[in-house]
Amino acid sequence: MSAVTQRRAWRELARYPSALVGMTIILLLIGVAITTMVAIPYGEALERWRGGEMWQRYPVNASPAWMDRLSGGNAARTLVVASRDAEIEEAAFPGGRRLRIPLEFDYAYGGFPSEINLFLNAEGHARTPFVRLLWQAPDGREIPLGGYRIGRQERISLSQDRGLERRLGGLAPHIGLLADHTGQGEQSVTPAAPEVLEGRYRLLLDAVLFDEQAGLEAELVLYGRVHGVAGTDHQRRDLSLALLWGTPVALAFGLIAAVGTTLTTLVIAAVGVWYRGWVDAVIQRLTEVNMILPVLPILVMVGTLYSTSIWLMLGVVVLLGIFSAGIKTYRAMLMPIREAPYIEAALAYGASDLRIVWRYMLPRILPVLIPTFVTLIPTFVFLEASLAVLGLGDPELPTWGKVLNDAQSQSALYNGYVYWVVAPAILLMLTGLGFAMLGFALDRVFNPRLRSL
Amino acid sequence: MTPESSTESRLPSLRRARLRDLRHLLLFAVRRLVALLVTVLVGVYLTIVVANMGGQVDELRLVQIRSEVVETVRADPAFFDMPGEERNALVERQVALEVERLRLDQPFVVRSLDYLQRAMSLDLGRAEQMHSDRGSREVRDIITERLPATLLLFGTANLLVFFTAVFAALRLSRHYGSALDRTVIALAPSSAAPGWFYGIFLILLLAFLFPLLPAGGMVTAPPPENRLEYAASLIRHMLLPVAAMFFSSIFVSIYSWRTFFLIHSSEDYVEMARAKGLPSHRIERRYILRPALAPIITSFLLMLIGLWSGAIILEQVFNWPGLGSLLFQAIGHRDTPVIIGGVVIFAYLLAATVFVLDILYALLDPRVRIQGGRR
Repeated sequence: MSAVTQRRAWRELARYPSALVGMTIILLLIGVAITTMVAIPYGEALERWRGGEMWQRYPVNASPAWMDRLSGGNAARTLVVASRDAEIEEAAFPGGRRLRIPLEFDYAYGGFPSEINLFLNAEGHARTPFVRLLWQAPDGREIPLGGYRIGRQERISLSQDRGLERRLGGLAPHIGLLADHTGQGEQSVTPAAPEVLEGRYRLLLDAVLFDEQAGLEAELVLYGRVHGVAGTDHQRRDLSLALLWGTPVALAFGLIAAVGTTLTTLVIAAVGVWYRGWVDAVIQRLTEVNMILPVLPILVMVGTLYSTSIWLMLGVVVLLGIFSAGIKTYRAMLMPIREAPYIEAALAYGASDLRIVWRYMLPRILPVLIPTFVTLIPTFVFLEASLAVLGLGDPELPTWGKVLNDAQSQSALYNGYVYWVVAPAILLMLTGLGFAMLGFALDRVFNPRLRSL
Repeated sequence: MTPESSTESRLPSLRRARLRDLRHLLLFAVRRLVALLVTVLVGVYLTIVVANMGGQVDELRLVQIRSEVVETVRADPAFFDMPGEERNALVERQVALEVERLRLDQPFVVRSLDYLQRAMSLDLGRAEQMHSDRGSREVRDIITERLPATLLLFGTANLLVFFTAVFAALRLSRHYGSALDRTVIALAPSSAAPGWFYGIFLILLLAFLFPLLPAGGMVTAPPPENRLEYAASLIRHMLLPVAAMFFSSIFVSIYSWRTFFLIHSSEDYVEMARAKGLPSHRIERRYILRPALAPIITSFLLMLIGLWSGAIILEQVFNWPGLGSLLFQAIGHRDTPVIIGGVVIFAYLLAATVFVLDILYALLDPRVRIQGGRR
């Protein structure tokens, strides 16, 4: 394509608003993909998505914060109160020390937290320290939460404390501890609709350490009901990680698969048309065989029997796509080109077969190929998502399809975690729409038969 | 020549032409059938090679043989008071015999032909863990039980999409450039998403937010006794999946058909017919639709092939008890015989689709009738 025709094609393309919208979406997605890859390196993304320890200060199944704020709610966000910021009273006694750690926080959310945990870290103690907990509410009530022996790393799940729940009148601790009890005895709270008592709370840690040096670190975590831009899943993982990293994965998969299948198909069609005879016949028969091979079931089979690695899947997709039905279309387009005078001229100056195929035949139909190529990309993006939804997603990489699969296996729609399904779905749809809009517009620009319409 | 003599000579020649057409058609059908059989053969063989590359099929059969042998030895009263070691030796001997009988000790090339023959005759073996609703462990039974559900759902949706698209496209190409026309063009990119994707939203909207329709399944449980009620329940359950498929492919089909008809209606012979003053419905039927029928059929075929694959996930999303969700369950159980059987069945279904449409094509395309399909 010469520079002039290229410029003309651009100008013509700019006439279609859908092409502009599509290009904006695609550029946006590419921008997100590049930023993500720079900000969160590949290895780190895999490591974090594997889950575990690092997510323990994140809430379970929290919805996105902006969704709640938009609807005028004031749901709890995660509060972390650390002993580092607290004023610790220290009193030494023979053979040890006694620490009083007040963990104070202001609670002003409209709703209750989803869970309360206390993380205690006591390194380098010869004898296990002991801690007694006291909860002080703004209205002056004091609720003893019992005493604990602490190992090196201890996690006290206050929300799981059944005894405490009974003492709070059947309310789960993360509700009962923060509920308004005015004018009522401790036992007579109506469990039906408890309300939040706003104000300054304090969890007093009364610790006895049997060591002169080693300290004690405490962190009180009140898990929110909402979290961040995308919310969290059932393993406390921040969904924004998967949504962000899903972008480069989806784009790379779609692009590589589209390039791999269209280019190989085109080259093979051209070779068949040029050499004719048995080469063409073999290619034709192979295409017919390939048409009968069911792509998705074969992918499913490969995924089940070998590995679900996204790169293996990509390879199989490309392999199955080589002899696709597209060969017939390209063949029909290349047939008249084969007889064109300029090819005869090339033959006359002694161009080799390969040169004719590569430099004379292929460039002629490349422009016609561009729209097909662009519209193919979302097909492969959705194919990856489809495989993931079937449970054959890459075992390590976070992708949109895997988020959907997690959501489906946790019955997200049934449980009302709509964000879990909608966010990856919207991203998939955006990708699909972006490429499809551009592709359809390109089709009208490049396809000579459509141009006059 | 007088007019009478010409009619007399035309009648037998017409009959002869019919006969010739029929003969050519038969020849064509047989040729296509043989070609397709060879194609399926190659396809299934490839599948077997892929499946066996990890030694899966061999391992599977060895496990099956062993369990069968152990079962017979244990059930045989003659071996009841045999000591454990002796019994194990007996099992080993029996397994070795069976391996030899089934020629498992032969090279793969020889054995793969055996597998091929079994797969082609739909002798798909026994499932490892799954069983049909009637309790059969035969893969063939499991698959035949699920097949009608898939055929019903996808047949309905595909035919609906196809006919709606073609007729809507005809109307649009007549009022080309109208607001409706431009809306459809603008909506065409929505088909980038597959049916299951829209299915999720339809379920969310019409089954959970406004519980009007069932979220999944094929009939209510327990199935109604009355035939009419059964049909009504079936239709209610079919509405959402059919709507999902319909929505995901209708706009792009209308778009491509419309473009296709527009291109065809700018041909010179159509202009000629218009100039003659023929009524527009006649032009549409005789001058636009008739020559366009063959490509229409081809693209219908391609659409069908594409949709067969899409079936798996859509069925899973809607919990439709068809082949797709069977395959999905088989993945969950890692039940290899069912998975391979599923692939073979899909290959057969695709081949059958291609064959039926080939015949239709031959009926429509006069070149095939006259030349007998020679190219």
